[in-house]
Amino acid sequence: MAAVIQDTAVSTGRVTRVLIYLLLLLFALFYLLPLYVMGINSVKPLAEITGGNMMALPEVWTLDPWRSAWSTAQIGVEPTGLKPYFLNSILMVVPAVAISTIVGALNGYVLTKWRFRGDTWVFGLMLFSCFIPFQIVLIPMAVVLGKLGLAGSVPGLVLVHVVYGIGFTTLYFRNYYAAFPTELVRAAQIDGAGFFQIFWRILLPVSGPIAVVSVIWQFTNIWNDFLFGASFGGTSQPMTVALNNLVQSSTGVKEYNVHFAGAILAALPTLIVYIVAGRYFVRGLMAGSVKG
Amino acid sequence: MTASTAPDFRTRLQDWLPKLVLAPSFAVTILFVYGFIGFTVLLSFTGSKMLPRFDWVGWENYEKLWALPAWNTAIVNIAIFASLYIVICTAVGLMLAIFLDQKIRGEGVLRPIYLYPMALSFIVTGTAWKWFLDPGIGLEKVMHLWGWESFSFNWIKDSDMAIYTIVIAAVWQTSGFVMAMFLAGLRGIDNEILKAAQIDGASNWQLYRRIVIPLLRPAFLSAFVILSHLAIKSYDLVVALTGGGPGRATEMPATFMYSYTFTRNQMGIGASSAVIMLMTIAAIMVPYLYAELKEKK
Repeated sequence: MAAVIQDTAVSTGRVTRVLIYLLLLLFALFYLLPLYVMGINSVKPLAEITGGNMMALPEVWTLDPWRSAWSTAQIGVEPTGLKPYFLNSILMVVPAVAISTIVGALNGYVLTKWRFRGDTWVFGLMLFSCFIPFQIVLIPMAVVLGKLGLAGSVPGLVLVHVVYGIGFTTLYFRNYYAAFPTELVRAAQIDGAGFFQIFWRILLPVSGPIAVVSVIWQFTNIWNDFLFGASFGGTSQPMTVALNNLVQSSTGVKEYNVHFAGAILAALPTLIVYIVAGRYFVRGLMAGSVKG
Repeated sequence: MTASTAPDFRTRLQDWLPKLVLAPSFAVTILFVYGFIGFTVLLSFTGSKMLPRFDWVGWENYEKLWALPAWNTAIVNIAIFASLYIVICTAVGLMLAIFLDQKIRGEGVLRPIYLYPMALSFIVTGTAWKWFLDPGIGLEKVMHLWGWESFSFNWIKDSDMAIYTIVIAAVWQTSGFVMAMFLAGLRGIDNEILKAAQIDGASNWQLYRRIVIPLLRPAFLSAFVILSHLAIKSYDLVVALTGGGPGRATEMPATFMYSYTFTRNQMGIGASSAVIMLMTIAAIMVPYLYAELKEKK
């Protein structure tokens, strides 16, 4: 096994290699453990959790906790299950992701191909907005949403997520378009192509990869958001807030198996995205650390 | 007349179009980010309770804030949490990246396993770890059932130790991401430099300590910036994992701000705590972003 000659500048001895493998596997276990615990306990009857071993496989397999989490569990005061909140999240995420990505693409196009005096400042101001602690905008946002009549509604949440998402989407597209030859844009301009024509015909066709990155990043962030959902969700709370209400509810018996099923349901959309498009997910994270 | 102004208007429109397209985003940013920051700063100097009021009270809220035991707990907690979280995440991330870089078989399987927690929400992470660390059903009970009767792990119920459970869950969530950043840095290092050092007789340990780690400086900086900003913003994880408890033992600035503003009706004090959070993050982010943007010009 260790006999393979590695073409790497750093070579390690046999013992070291075994230790490295052991450590790497140990960490893999550490990362997988909570997922395993959640998965395995979401298909157990409650008695097996309270009376048995959390790590053991179920003796009786059941999908009842999943059914309960989805459609009958008590969330707040209503026994609605997570279903309506899941729909709220979808209704919030889809328009917010679409709008912020389109706006980000146009902004990135302007900031790289139609540069003007002070454009770096404009970008810098937008970029800093990605990193503010959102506590600083909670109070005025509550006031403004109330004035607009959007408090406690899905459109209100869409607005909030678009506003605080365009900094990141602009960053992605700006860094991406910066590498695109500006000469091509100028040539098209000389041929009489207009602003939108150039965007539509020349830049958009090559924007696929960065659009995927932007969509995934925005989807993950907005789906996983809790602070805005809890502050401005009102009667249209998203999934994360509902899950928290389910888990923290102090009435009745704690149905751990239902909580676990609910947690997986809340995690499922972003997990699926991660599994299907992990490569782009990582790229988005990296670009999110500004280095583009 | 009309024939000559029409194309003129068209060109002028084309000149203005880029700025017109950017204008709404810029306006929204100025209003919803900087305007709102200004509004909150203003509120922090007023006696606002349940609703915003504009009676000027000077520095009173800040004085009250720093005299509050709950805020002091929050400050001590964020100091403990942020330093441990940043140091452990960086150490774990760097170690995993270096080990994964040794031409490991199955790297393609291990990497996504290390990184997937980053796709979850802090609420899910908090829920999972809350039950895992609960002595009644979680790890402690499992150890007892496996025959290790004296095993005790009740940090989550212990007001002195609960803050460390937040560190554990947060490290679980983001250390894989730090690993990915370091791994990208390692893959960018020219192998020739390493080979030259090896010919000079450098051991592996020296190689990493003297050459590789110094070359990873940009990755260290990015990791520090991202982690510190995540730490200060941490709200969801605390809410889901400990709810700020036991008692108020795991109060953080983010949870403090929320409860003082929206449940205790001390909006002025809540606003002043938000201002302090913003200034802390700005002190880290502004120089970083400034340097990044300047470099790119």
